Amino acid sequence: MNAEAIDRGPVIMKDKRLISPKVIDQVANLGLWLSGLIILGILAAFLTYILYKGLPVLTWDFITGMSTDTRAGGGVGPQLFNSFYILFLSMAFSIPVAVGAGIYLAEYAGRSKLTDIIRLSTESLATVPSIVLGLFGMIIFVNTLGLGFSIIGGALTLSLLNIPVLVRVTEEAVRTVPHQYREASLALGATKWQTIWRVVLPTALPGMITGLTLTAGRALGESAILIFTAGTTVSRQLPDPNLLAAGETLAVHMWYVMAVGLVPDRVEIANGIGALLVITILIFNLVFTIPGRLLQRKLSGTKN
Amino acid sequence: MASSVNIGEHNLKLAYDRYMRYLFIASALLLTVIIAAIIIFVGQQGLMTFTEVSPADFFLAGKWDPTEGKYGALSFILGSVYVTLLAVLLGAPLGLAGAVFMAKIAPPRLRDIMRPATDLYVAIPSVVYGFIGLTILVPYIRVQFGVNTGFGLLAAAAILAVMILPTIISISEDAIRSVPRALEEGSLALGATRWQTITGVILPAALPGILTSVILAMARAVGETMAVQMVIGNTPQIARSLFMPTSTLTSEIVVEMGNTPFGSAWGNSLFLMALVLLLLSLAMIVVIRRVAGERTA
Repeated sequence: MNAEAIDRGPVIMKDKRLISPKVIDQVANLGLWLSGLIILGILAAFLTYILYKGLPVLTWDFITGMSTDTRAGGGVGPQLFNSFYILFLSMAFSIPVAVGAGIYLAEYAGRSKLTDIIRLSTESLATVPSIVLGLFGMIIFVNTLGLGFSIIGGALTLSLLNIPVLVRVTEEAVRTVPHQYREASLALGATKWQTIWRVVLPTALPGMITGLTLTAGRALGESAILIFTAGTTVSRQLPDPNLLAAGETLAVHMWYVMAVGLVPDRVEIANGIGALLVITILIFNLVFTIPGRLLQRKLSGTKN
Repeated sequence: MASSVNIGEHNLKLAYDRYMRYLFIASALLLTVIIAAIIIFVGQQGLMTFTEVSPADFFLAGKWDPTEGKYGALSFILGSVYVTLLAVLLGAPLGLAGAVFMAKIAPPRLRDIMRPATDLYVAIPSVVYGFIGLTILVPYIRVQFGVNTGFGLLAAAAILAVMILPTIISISEDAIRSVPRALEEGSLALGATRWQTITGVILPAALPGILTSVILAMARAVGETMAVQMVIGNTPQIARSLFMPTSTLTSEIVVEMGNTPFGSAWGNSLFLMALVLLLLSLAMIVVIRRVAGERTA
């Protein structure tokens, strides 16, 4: 360290620090690189582990077969169907409301008390723990409306998770649309609604699609909301589109077999579901978001 | 004649325009209705506990034994608090370092990988995190620390630390990025090293955003249910070590809700725990608004 100080010449005379800032900088740089690589490493290790354990389990019989509660060798067919059925329904419920609210916040909302309240509501709803949403859904659908555990109750409660995220996605996407587009449309005599429908939304669409897909991927793996609304049992028919049937999903089943279940091959089942969920999520996150991102690039490339 | 038709058509369009505006306001207000309904319904159900159990017995007693009429939730409240703080302690430094790396150090190509990677962290279902905790982390802790089960605060906090990484990374990175370049260049021009610039200029300037990310991460950790339930051990006792099986508010709700009659004191006390969680997360929103407000002021 002394040699270092001498090397740096007369300027450093008053420098009482033990280690030169340049060394600290290099060490810190190394530390930051390491952190970045650890973050990527943990993710890679998790994904690899789940796929390595689960891929061998994924036979056609497992993916489409009926599940059993007591014998080994059951499949996850009904759970797979329920997962996508509930996901589809919950997106169908949440998109209109969330897009409407997002457009309001981006296009209409001024600085008023009303806007403040709506923003506060959105932020609050986004931080409500999913188990609390689940219990709320249980009070409303299972007990007050007396539906019991049902696909419709699960899907509606799951919408509460999606809505605040989609509101933010819509608002951000709509805000990125350049002002000139709106002004040109309004100057041509279009009404505000016509401008939004014909000009703003089509331009914002690619950004919205990416956000929508990410939200759908997240909703697919949700379980805390669904345990006490859609339940932990499945219909005997497959596929059963009955909205009032109980609808255990893949993620709920994975938790159920590990935490409560008595099936002898529960670890195998959980491995298989894990791989199935991870594959689906990889598809949602990497494959489905590509069109949106490409479209975004194309739009900004040709129009700006 | 022709012009009157046009005017009629025009009025129709304007009416339509107004109508759509009301529809947008209505959708936005629906969010307010929903959050109000959640507070009212969960609150009402939870507060009914106090008709049979005194607040002191619920909040200050650690003994939980519903069959004997003991509804002390202290061990769950402490469990949630410990697990959350420990998770932030473990996860926040790594997440923050990752955010700095992504914003200032990583080559663009690596950054392009890290962004979707953060999204993937969010997308991995919490049961999958819990499953990994259960099959790898818990046995590892059991062997490594020579303890009985491996279930407990440490296992839960370690899994949560990973789960909160994306929240910390993405929000902190945004905050770091939005620090004006002139500040950074000024520091570098004065001869500061990159690290001195990061710690002396960039991080202080980005502090409100970083704090927001940490608080949101705490909100996520305190509300996380499935992963925690799978590794915490689910024993209603106050944790006296990192390796003692215990419970949190969320894990206890999931474990017991299925066995309790709706409307009983037992069931209501679980809703009261949900109300505590709800109020905690709403309080965090208030804190975030304070922190963010200081930046604009």
